[in-house]
This record gives sequence, structure tokens and C-alpha cells, in this order.
Amino acid sequence: MLILVLKRILLGLITLFIVSLITFVGVEVLPGDACTTYLEREAYGAALEACYKRLGLDIPAYERYVSWAIGVIQGDFGYSLSGEMKINDVLGPRVKNSLVLASASILIGIPIALLLGIITALWRDKMPDIIISTFTIFSMTIPEFISATLLILIVAIWLEWLPGIVIVPTGASISELLPNIILPVIAISMIMTAHMARMVRSSVIQVMASDYVQMAILKGVPYWKMVFKHVLPNALLPAINVVALTIAWLLGGVVVTEVVFNYPGLGRLVIESISNRDLPVVQALAIILASIYVIINLIADLLTLMLNPRLKSLQIKK
Amino acid sequence: MTLVIKQEKPKSTFSKIVEIISTMASRPSGLIGLIILVFHVTLAITSPLYAPHDYKAIDPSLMLQAPSSEYWFGTDSLGRDVFTRTILGGRTALTVTFFGSLIALLWGGALGIFCGLVGGKIDDVVMRIIDAFLSIPWILAMLLIVSLLGTSTIVLIPALGFFYGKGIVRVARAATHDVIAKDFIVSARARGHGNFSIIWNEILPNVRDAIMVEGAMRWSWMLLGFSSLSFLGFGVSPPTPDWGLMISNARGLMSFAYWAVLAPIFGLSSLIIGINLTADAFAKALGIDRSTKAPV
Repeated sequence: MLILVLKRILLGLITLFIVSLITFVGVEVLPGDACTTYLEREAYGAALEACYKRLGLDIPAYERYVSWAIGVIQGDFGYSLSGEMKINDVLGPRVKNSLVLASASILIGIPIALLLGIITALWRDKMPDIIISTFTIFSMTIPEFISATLLILIVAIWLEWLPGIVIVPTGASISELLPNIILPVIAISMIMTAHMARMVRSSVIQVMASDYVQMAILKGVPYWKMVFKHVLPNALLPAINVVALTIAWLLGGVVVTEVVFNYPGLGRLVIESISNRDLPVVQALAIILASIYVIINLIADLLTLMLNPRLKSLQIKK
Repeated sequence: MTLVIKQEKPKSTFSKIVEIISTMASRPSGLIGLIILVFHVTLAITSPLYAPHDYKAIDPSLMLQAPSSEYWFGTDSLGRDVFTRTILGGRTALTVTFFGSLIALLWGGALGIFCGLVGGKIDDVVMRIIDAFLSIPWILAMLLIVSLLGTSTIVLIPALGFFYGKGIVRVARAATHDVIAKDFIVSARARGHGNFSIIWNEILPNVRDAIMVEGAMRWSWMLLGFSSLSFLGFGVSPPTPDWGLMISNARGLMSFAYWAVLAPIFGLSSLIIGINLTADAFAKALGIDRSTKAPV
């Protein structure tokens, strides 16, 4: 068991290492570097050389990668180009803001998703399922920026219930943030809930069709006892991985949602740093977002392993 | 394949396609999807012929007019006709994502089959790299490429094709793994067929369906991705009409001119729903169940 956990963690670390290589090599191979893209038309002569010196771009690429990687391992991402700030100071408040947004959406989304998924599976192809499933499929397929824009139009502009756009400084405290994030949280958790509810639904339906549930029905186990004792524990286990994938998959969607609502989180920083052509910040963001993805998946894998000893042998094969 | 015992005359590709489409249309959801898709494709091809106004004609005196008999969907903040821009707005998106999915399908399918076939160390290494690519949010990678190389179609099509192909690699590899141990592959090897012949004659016919279904799904996701890029200002450049860009431009004045934002929203949503329904029906017609797959 311990070896298995260590193996999983090692695989995660290898993935992160490859991610760091990909982003580094990607920036290296694509035409233009941090200095030429940042200085744009003034990229010649003394200004360019000074920029190269300042960023250390005059030393060979592999040496730069090694020193950058050592810095990242020690938690130091170097300096951003615009504003000359330490990247850690730029990232700090943004990470906190995004965490507030994400955890609020997850806390609201997961219970609703479980509930909806179970309801739609138990009343499969009947009225509750048809209504809820239509709704979930719609919110899954429609792009985030459309559902967010429609939410603003309906709730904020036509009904005037809530403010449509977040107006808080980047360094705002959590208590300042909370009243502002209602609409973004609704937008994000709506999509997330839809994805998870679909997965929970198909998982529950699969278990309902299995032999041991049929057996329980034939034995005359009361319906709700069977649902809670036999179906749900077995159906929700595979759902853990799906929940993790959905959360990780939404990392991209959160970027768009944050832009729509003008929310000062990591997502908007992605757009800002790319518009400013601030490659060191982009590299740092790639590593951070990839780490979140890897960590969420790792937690999900370990949870599944812990809860289901049967899966151990399967995991080794994979 | 193995089920065919007596030698029937093989059906022509055309009659197979007709059969698949009629199966798809036999369900209401599939029929609706096909109708929407055909409508959008026809619109995209023919709309320049009957667009009532010039899509880039700026007229400050016509700013933010409400829908009327002259301007069916009203005008936007630069006085351009929203109806004209809406019916033209899907052209770039459809072209870019169609060719993008084709590229994704080709390289993803080829690499997936290759990995499934060779297995071992090479397979491990390639899948590790694919996993690493999957863990970078697509939007960050796309934005990085677009900001370094520009937003022309020539950059967008291969870039989207590349990033959306990595999921297809997994599907193609899994499908290849399923058939690789079957008897007809073993006997083909015993007959002395080379790897290429086995891929072309034995594996491809058996994994083609799964890969094509995955490609159809990727098309709708790629459309979503492309529109998000446009919305963020990294897709097509103005004044080209594009739904994502139109929504982003009209969003600020939504409280005065909701029509300028609702028209492109309707266009984009209906197309995405249409592609999704069609892809779903396509999967069902080929007998492939995607309902338990996670969105990767």
C-alpha cells in the first residue's frame, strides 16, 4: 500500500517535470522570446541586450532551465517582466481569490450534483429525470461565457437582484469578497454540477443493473434500504475520480468565467500576463495550474484506493 | 468482422453512410441535431449571397437601434447590422474547427494506434507525455501559442488540432488494446503480415468507429474552445464577424442593447447543441456508448 502511494506520487512528480519541460521548451522553440515580445518595436541594440542581461537570457538554455527549476522547487518563481514584481507577490492574492471562488463553488456544487444525479438515476426516463437531464445537458454544452453572460443579463440587469460585475481590489479580504461572488459561484457551480450529476447518474444506473442489486430486489430487500445500503456506496466510489476530473477540467472554464465577471483571480491573471507578454508569469501559471490538476487527481486516486481495496490490483496494472 | 461467416457482397461506402444517417435520424434528438447542423452548414456556405447589409459598414447615426423591419436584430454599438453579422458569424468558427478536428483525428488516431500496437516502453513514455499535456489547461497553452504566433487561421487550425488530439490518442489506444489480442490479429501475424498491413487491414476497420465518434465530440468542444478564444480577444480579429467576438463586444452595453448580445448567443448555442446531438446520435448509430466517459 505504502509503495503504491509512493509510486503514485512519483508519477505525479514525473508529470510535473514533463510539464515544466514542455512549457520551457515551448517558449524556447516558438519564435520570439521574453525580451523581443515584451519590448516589441524597441527590441534592438542596447535595450535588447540590457533586457537579456537583466533576465539572464544570455546564458545557455539548459543552464537557465536548471536554475529556474531549482528556484521553483524552493518556491521562488523569479521576477515578472511588467512591474518588476516578484512573481510570488503577484500570485499570492490571486491564488487566494481563486481558492475562495473554487471552494465556494465546490461546496455548493458537489451536494447538489450528488442529489440530482441520484434523483435522475432512480427516476430514470420519468418526469424528474427528463426535466433535470435536459437542464444539465444544456448547461454542459453551452460555453461558460454564454451562461455567465446570460446570468448577468437576467439576474443583474433585468431583475436587478445582484451586482453583475465584481468590483473589488485584488488584495480584498475574504469577507469583502463573499457578497460579490454569488453570481460567479452560481455560474461555475452550474456547469460543474451538470457534469458531475451526469456522471453520478450513469454510475448509479450501472450499479442498479448489476447482479447483486437484482439479487437484493429478488430477496425482497426494501427499496430505499437497498438504495442506501447496496447501490449508493458502490456507485459513488467511481464517481470520486470523475469529480476530480471535472474539477480539474474546469480550471480552463474558470479562466473565462473570471474574465466575464471581472474577478481578480488566477484566471484573469492568465489573460493579463499573456496580453502583457509576461512569459515568466505564464510559465509560473502553467506549473501552478498543472500542479493543481495533478494534485486533485492524486487525491482522487488515493481516496479510491483507500475506500476500495479491490481496486488496488487494478491500479498497479494501470 | 469475425461475425461474417458467409461471404456477402460488401456494402458500398455510400450505402453505409446512408444507413448510418437514417439510423441517426430515427431518434428525435438525432433528427433535431442533424437538422440544426445542416441548417448551420448551409447558412455558413450561402449566407454571403443574401446578407442584407454590409457586415463592416460602420454608421454612427445607426448606433444601438432596436430591432426593426430594416434591421431585424437591431444594430450594434458601431451601427452595424446584427442580423447580417449573426448569419455570417459562424463561417470562421465552422471552418477552423472542422479542419482542426480533422487534424486532431489524424494525428491522434495514428499515434494512438501506434502506441496500442507497440506497447511496452515507448507506449509508457508517450502516454506520460500525453498525460503531462492533459494537465496543462488547454486555454493557457492556446493563449501562449496564439500570443507568440498571432491569431491567423493558419496558426489556429493546427494549434487547436494539436491540443484537441491528445484525448483522441487515449481513445484510439484503448480501442487498439481491445482488438490487439483477438484471434484475427494473431492469425494475421502468423500469416506473416507486417505491422503496416495489420494496422491498415485488421486494426483500422475495428477502431475506426470509436475514433470517429471521439472526433465528432471533439468538434463540439473545439468549437467551444475557439469561441472562448474569440471571446477573450485571441481568436479572429475584427471586423470579421464571429459570434464569440460579437458577444464580447456587445456585452458591455447589454443593459441598453440586449439584442446585440442575444443574437450571437443564439447562433453559437444552437450550433453547439446541434453538433452535440448529432455526435451523440452518431455514437448511438455506431453502437458506441460514451455515457460513462469522463470529460477529458
